[in-house]
Amino acid sequence: MSGLDQLYQQIILDHAKAKHGFGLRDAAPGAASADSHQYNPLCGDEVTLRAVVTTAPDGTAAPVVADVAWTGEGCSISQASTSVLHELVVGLPVPQATGLVEEFRTMIRSRGQVEPDEEVLGDAAAFAGVGRHANRVKCAMLGWTAFEDALSRAVADLFEAAPQPGPPAVSTTTEQENA
Amino acid sequence: MSAPAVDAARVGDPGGSEAGGAAAFSDDEVAAVRARFPVLSRTVGAGHALAYLDSGATSQRPDSVLDAERDYLTRSNAAVHRGAHTLAEEATQAYEDARAAVAGFVGLDDDEVVWTRNATEGLNIVALGLSHYGIGAPGPLALRAGDEVVVTEMEHHANLVPWQQACARTGATLRWIGLDDDGRLDLDDLDRVVTGRTKVLAFTHASNVLGTVNPVPRLVAAAKAVGALTVLDACQSVPHFPVALRALDVDLAVFSAHKMLGPTGIGALAGRREVLAALPPVVTGGSMVEKVTMESTTFREPPQRFEAGTPPVSQAIAWHAAVDHLSALGMDRIAAHEHMLTERLLAGVADLPGVRVLGPTTARDRVGAVSVVVEGVHPHDVGQFLDNEGIAVRVGHHCAQPVHRRYGATASTRASVYLYSTTGEVDAFVETLGRVRGYFGAA
Ligand SMILES: Cc1ncc(COP(=O)(O)O)c(C=O)c1O
Repeated sequence: MSGLDQLYQQIILDHAKAKHGFGLRDAAPGAASADSHQYNPLCGDEVTLRAVVTTAPDGTAAPVVADVAWTGEGCSISQASTSVLHELVVGLPVPQATGLVEEFRTMIRSRGQVEPDEEVLGDAAAFAGVGRHANRVKCAMLGWTAFEDALSRAVADLFEAAPQPGPPAVSTTTEQENA
Repeated sequence: MSAPAVDAARVGDPGGSEAGGAAAFSDDEVAAVRARFPVLSRTVGAGHALAYLDSGATSQRPDSVLDAERDYLTRSNAAVHRGAHTLAEEATQAYEDARAAVAGFVGLDDDEVVWTRNATEGLNIVALGLSHYGIGAPGPLALRAGDEVVVTEMEHHANLVPWQQACARTGATLRWIGLDDDGRLDLDDLDRVVTGRTKVLAFTHASNVLGTVNPVPRLVAAAKAVGALTVLDACQSVPHFPVALRALDVDLAVFSAHKMLGPTGIGALAGRREVLAALPPVVTGGSMVEKVTMESTTFREPPQRFEAGTPPVSQAIAWHAAVDHLSALGMDRIAAHEHMLTERLLAGVADLPGVRVLGPTTARDRVGAVSVVVEGVHPHDVGQFLDNEGIAVRVGHHCAQPVHRRYGATASTRASVYLYSTTGEVDAFVETLGRVRGYFGAA
């Protein structure tokens, strides 16, 4: 496989087209949601992502990710990674979803050193090659960073008796993803 | 000094085959030009020859430039303008010779070139100075509420953001000249935008995104008619065709060494000595002062007034070697060579389905920075695909978001040629670009 095909695995190209979860939808009644807007000033890529959480139907403590809805513009890596994110985390209990984000980040930051655990990461394992391209790391993390940010606020909202609807947080990805 | 012979009728005109009469380099000549640039012989990825088409961002450096810096450092390295020892004297001499050489290269005298860190810093010195930020009495140039600063919609952020800031500080208003659909300034607008309230007209000589070369005489005439100061961003012109700033009659201009075979870390703010003399310093400290007491300080004349602190000495010396290198080849020949390549590049991409050029689609009044939008494929992916074949281009907004927005894009892929670029590289770029949409399933 050429370097290019290693980076652009067919799974990635497919997700870049399919864009699972694309389009901002309103959260169902009773659910809590929060938006995060992430922008990569280097290339102008942006994503607005809405994380929707609900209390678990079986009454367990952990809330569940009910939806990940997003819009934005960007390269195939950023579009595909956000699409994969949607596929992986919708339906997961929140602690598992945040664990997955950590797992993904560790893989992306490992510069191709960490063998991805496909059992855990599923389609996201296809992004292992991105770590070798320092200037693409931000692309792969864009949607996931937005998810992490939106999720924490959606969960906080869910647990608040009277949610305070504030303006959506806007932040640029100042975090050194390729550090 | 070693100023190249410039044809007065053609200064600041990209020329090229139809205008100048200078010939493009022959294949043998290009090979000889390239042999002086060590980096051009490297390979990329799976053994692909490097096709460096990103000189608009930064150019490569020839052995003469690398050697000049090393020779200086291995023989005469010292602090300049101080110390009585032999090395300090040699260093000062070489450093001031460099100033004269760079000044001569753009048709000015040596006291009309201020060393800066880069072009961006030069523009900030002017914009801050005019808003009499820092030390210095508000002189005749001071921006005030009610004044207007005019730029264009094709500016690099370096020639836009400092003016936005200056307006925010002073209450002046920022206005701009719009663009037509072909990527040229909409000069029908000129009389409406440049008025008696205009205090500054700051514009780029050549656009780093569109490649457009702007009609300096027309813009200078409009500014002069209303008594406005002219500030020229010459980053993409001075490296590519003969530019004589006095003949162009602009008040101030900026350019960077690293885009013209020189090192990073040095640029120039150049211009009329009486305008520089009216500008207050914005960075103060050592080297720029005459008399200092505990209470107050008097400043030196330009250029030293704007050069606080220890200057970039070895960089200046390397830049001297760079302008000598360009002059020896002939800026008119370099312009003709790039003109030929630009025509080939434009003709090549014109035939590609789903590829749109931002900027003029003919090489007339144009430099060889060609930005394209590939339908259905993000520029980052385009750049990665090209890199896989050893082709280095710039992707993104190239520090010019407004001009991208004007043409309905957020980012683009830019190929930019220079004296060492070849027809083979241009052809490889076009051929590879033609396969991008297929790979990403956009065709
Ligand atoms: C037209 C133009 N203006 C200004 C600049 C800024 O130059 P520098 O980054 O060297 O200050 C550039 C370089 O990208 C440019 O192309």
